[in-house]
Amino acid sequence: MSALLEVSGIGIAFGGVRAVDDVTFSARAGEIFSIIGPNGAGKTTLFNLISGVYRADRGSVKLAGAEVGGMAPEQLAARGLSRSFQNLQIFFRMSAVENVMLGRHIHEDKSAWRHLLGLPSTARQNRDTRARAMALLERVGLAALADRQAGSLSYGMLKRLEIARALAAEPRILLLDEPAAGCNPTETAEIDRLIVEIAKSGIGIVLVEHDMKLVMSISDRVLVLTYGRVLMEGVPGDVARDPRVIEAYLGAGLPGSEGSHA
Amino acid sequence: MARFLANRWISLALVAALIVLPGLILPSSYYFRVGALVFISALAVIGLNLLLGFAGQVSLGHAGFVGIGAYAVAILPARFDVPVLLAVPAGMVLSALVAFVIGRPILRLKGHFLAVATLGFGVLVAMVLANEVGWTGGPDGMSVKRLEIFGERIRQPRDWYWISGTLLLIGMAIAQNLLASPTGRALRALHDSEIAARVAGVDVARIKVTVFVISAVYASVAGSCLALLNGHVTPDAAGFLQSVEMVTMVVLGGMGSLFGSIIGAAFLVILPQALTLFHEYEHLMLGILIILIMIFLRDGIVPTLHRLLMERRS
Ligand SMILES: Nc1ncnc2c1ncn2[C@@H]1O[C@H](COP(=O)(O)OP(=O)(O)OP(=O)(O)O)[C@@H](O)[C@H]1O
Ligand SMILES: [Mg+2]
Repeated sequence: MSALLEVSGIGIAFGGVRAVDDVTFSARAGEIFSIIGPNGAGKTTLFNLISGVYRADRGSVKLAGAEVGGMAPEQLAARGLSRSFQNLQIFFRMSAVENVMLGRHIHEDKSAWRHLLGLPSTARQNRDTRARAMALLERVGLAALADRQAGSLSYGMLKRLEIARALAAEPRILLLDEPAAGCNPTETAEIDRLIVEIAKSGIGIVLVEHDMKLVMSISDRVLVLTYGRVLMEGVPGDVARDPRVIEAYLGAGLPGSEGSHA
Repeated sequence: MARFLANRWISLALVAALIVLPGLILPSSYYFRVGALVFISALAVIGLNLLLGFAGQVSLGHAGFVGIGAYAVAILPARFDVPVLLAVPAGMVLSALVAFVIGRPILRLKGHFLAVATLGFGVLVAMVLANEVGWTGGPDGMSVKRLEIFGERIRQPRDWYWISGTLLLIGMAIAQNLLASPTGRALRALHDSEIAARVAGVDVARIKVTVFVISAVYASVAGSCLALLNGHVTPDAAGFLQSVEMVTMVVLGGMGSLFGSIIGAAFLVILPQALTLFHEYEHLMLGILIILIMIFLRDGIVPTLHRLLMERRS
């Protein structure tokens, strides 16, 4: 299978500090590709580069073979790239279901004229969008709270709401930035199951996660980032045993110590 | 009750009742005039609320578009023999064009910078209107030809009460349509997180300009009605104080509440009339009332009452 997302030699510097430096990797459809590394290693920055939030100083990003470097997030969305955020980016004033409905924006009619006139076609599409959003809320276990204002939901719920919103776009590749951070064990298990299920449906997943147990058990491949650079890449078992990785993690908990070597 | 108000047909019926019932009992044309002023202001405030309350983009120069609408019905019929009924849409098109052209560069700014840039726009319009004496009559303004329908000149406040009430109802319905659509969700989303909206595929720059243009057209229609009701316009219609009053109406009634726009407008139009009883203390009283509302009903009158109702129910 050819790579869905190809990142090569990508980098960015903030005031002389190379937050991401010459990172290369590729992720395939249906696989879970995880990126781990200590705090400040540049994982979120890498996601911001890939998703068009930041503009890379150098390197290239290809999506399904086409160069997409320098494109804006909304253009990448239309090409099938979606993501979640480490620090929640929720539409707090909107209801839970409206948050997910917004996720379907790229599939909806954009004509403001038709929207102002409230045509039957707009109403029909709204019903369809809502039905699909409800199905996704069902999938992440939030259907009962669909009409609650998002601002009133708990942190763990909002993490799942972000995943539902990202899925609403029907992406080909999904970047998840610490989806289980701050969640209790039950919620983490829930998110774990969800990620595996998403990958099974053929979506390529790039996962940043600190929960080593989660990473080692569900990932197909793991890339280790330190100081913005790739330390190594491999299958979970190899990564967990690698002395360089263990050293990078000293003081931050050994990744292999609790890995299940799947 | 809260759920009841959320239904669009019910809230439209409520607004219709608030227009029709007083219209049946108001005793004199003075009251009809005040009513018409409430509806006209509410129309402009609904438009501004879409921009400020829903999309979270401030404009301190929106009276500039009121001025464009007002002077369109003053200048076009007087100087170019354009029928008044055509001058209103001409003003709408002109306002939309101006909003479209200045919208892109201005709406890239955020927060205070956006506030200052829009303020500049409003001041500019008011200055042009005051200085182009040959066209606009300068600071003293100019008289406005009355609207004629089937050869009848519409000048009674009572007639304007019903015309502006109808326009308010239409404006409310259109705003509801918009908010329930993908464009509406997009503009509300960018209020909370532009970056998440963009990642979901929303062209944030385009949506901002769209809502800016729409709100400018609301203001323009209101300006045209105001000029036709008064039979006279001055550059004050586009002035900074008018812009600030519009923003105050949005905030008092409730940011992000269409019904709040009407309440906010009614409050600031009716209250000063009622407070004239207190002679020189009129402004003092008004100021104190506004401060008290902002302290005790911080989210605005309608959203706060709405929340209290919800809490009592549960
Ligand atoms: N916009 C920015 N301006 C300046 N420095 C930045 C910016 N974004 C990130 N950095 C820096 O880049 C480095 C990498 O940060 P990043 O958030 O990508 O780390 P991370 O691997 O996601 O860490 P964590 O595990 O804590 O989430 C940090 O030193 C950070 O301070
Ligand atoms: Mg991070």
